Amino acid sequence: MNLFDYLRPASVSDAIAAWQPGAAYLGGGTNLVDLMKTGALQPGKVIDIARLPGLDRIESLPDGGTRIGALVKNSVLAGDPDFAAAFPMIAEALASGASGQLRNAATLGGNLMQRTRCVYFQDPHSACNRRESGNGCGALGGDTQNHAVLGWNDACIATNPSDLCVPLAALDAVVETQGPNGRRDIAFADFHRLPGDTPERETALEPGELILAVRLSSNAAASYQNSRYLKLRERTSFAFALVSAAAALQLKDGRITEARLAIGGVAAKPWRVPAAEALMLGQPPDTDLFRRAAAVALEDATPSGNNGYKIDLARRIAARSLALAAAGTPTRMPALPASVFGESAHV
Amino acid sequence: MSKKMQITLTVNGETQELLAEPRELLIYVLRERLNITGPHVGCETSHCGACTVTMDGKSVKSCTVFAAQANGAEITTIEGIGSPDSLHVLQNAFREHHGLQCGFCTPGMITRATKLLEDNPNPTEEDVRFGMAGNLCRCTGYQNIVKSVLAAATELSAAKEAAE
Ligand SMILES: Cc1cc2nc3c(=O)[nH]c(=O)nc-3n(C[C@H](O)[C@H](O)[C@H](O)COP(=O)(O)OP(=O)(O)OC[C@H]3O[C@@H](n4cnc5c(N)ncnc54)[C@H](O)[C@@H]3O)c2cc1C
Ligand code: SF4
Ligand code: FES
Ligand code: FES
Repeated sequence: MNLFDYLRPASVSDAIAAWQPGAAYLGGGTNLVDLMKTGALQPGKVIDIARLPGLDRIESLPDGGTRIGALVKNSVLAGDPDFAAAFPMIAEALASGASGQLRNAATLGGNLMQRTRCVYFQDPHSACNRRESGNGCGALGGDTQNHAVLGWNDACIATNPSDLCVPLAALDAVVETQGPNGRRDIAFADFHRLPGDTPERETALEPGELILAVRLSSNAAASYQNSRYLKLRERTSFAFALVSAAAALQLKDGRITEARLAIGGVAAKPWRVPAAEALMLGQPPDTDLFRRAAAVALEDATPSGNNGYKIDLARRIAARSLALAAAGTPTRMPALPASVFGESAHV
Repeated sequence: MSKKMQITLTVNGETQELLAEPRELLIYVLRERLNITGPHVGCETSHCGACTVTMDGKSVKSCTVFAAQANGAEITTIEGIGSPDSLHVLQNAFREHHGLQCGFCTPGMITRATKLLEDNPNPTEEDVRFGMAGNLCRCTGYQNIVKSVLAAATELSAAKEAAE
């Protein structure tokens, strides 16, 4: 591993002032430390933000919204009973990710910023446009089982691996940041970027910008009775998603008054298609309706390699997550969170 | 630049001071500098859980923690949980129920299980499987590992009830 300077700043402004090109913020370290072990990332300065004061709270806002500090641990957020009651699919997504020990260390901000699991990205000896602009993409024509089927181009076919980000996208979360140019809010839809011409820029964050918190509106909590996260993986626990979906519905008099659907594992960002959601409005919840919505959501999908299987799986998981959401949020967290097996996985 | 730093750790109740490079991983500080060799290195990629320790009250994988990150932390390893002369209830349950074969994963399993039972003293089998998902056993003795944790849970609850 490369040598680096290690700093534990006392405040957010000290952390930002300490940032310089080539530096990295360190949250729980569960992603950054692993990538430094292989040499895929070699920051010259590591700024440990894990103990910064004031960023580890879950707060109710005067307008009925909820604000989660960037340093709230994944296990704390998933285990907070009030939070899980208001945002059950976020709790389920978190509980379905990684392992207990990793969730204890992983922070909210780090989860949003975690890097792709593309193995060519993780291997410093492979070409990768994300690690180094203009380097080429080692994945193209290689092992592409887990790569994107939406929003990709020849510059990069990687997916965003986060479970948490899928429901956050569906619920229109807002990311609060502070950087060298001050504070701002970033809409979740704009937070992760598709590769375009700059695959090395994965998020909207500017150099040195720090995530302070994520906000959810009171309307995001309004679908608490009908929301689910569903995740297909190669084994039922401790594995990243092949494809996943977060679905939230508001129902009134037997009709859908609001529909939210985001799909994970298919692109460099959680995938949301307004037309798929609009199609469900005013309709009674119904399997056929959900199939049609899922078909619209995946309309533009094309394999980026040997991964055409994902398109069909994503369609099915999207339709099923909508059907499960319509059936009602389970009263307690399923024993296998977000799993397609077990008693909470059937409608 | 990148020089060694003074690190203070409280490991199993004892204060330890040492000079370490920030990049040293906690697992190697424990094993190679402090000679606390209970936590093992199975994968060094945050997967197997053999390196599990309790840090400031939470189970973590010590191969994913820089020495510098741990500075000031309180750490418990399997050595702080029981000893050959006085086995912890979990250690005894693993022995009774054949919860180990080669024993490589066992320190991590038991260290993790102590926290699991603290957080949830009466777990169901599913709770145990879910809570222990980050600990892999290459001898694949999972059935007996789950049995051992459940047996220890029963024994600990009975002891607690008797005490009350
Ligand atoms: C074996 C394994 C299995 C996993 N399985 C899953 C899974 O199934 N699902 C899933 O979703 N995740 C999974 N993960 C990933 C895990 O969720 C992430 O590693 C974790 O959320 C990252 O959080 P952290 O605080 O440890 O981040 P760090 O490793 O500390 O940081 C990650 C990145 O975020 C940046 N960063 C951190 N905090 C901030 C901030 N506040 N502002 C700006 N930048 C910041 C860092 O600079 C770094 O680039 C798995 C990880 C491992 C090792
Ligand atoms: S798919 Fe993206 S992350 Fe993977 S090697 Fe290609 S450029 Fe890098
Ligand atoms: S050695 Fe740390 S998880 Fe395997
Ligand atoms: S007993 Fe051998 S690895 Fe678990």
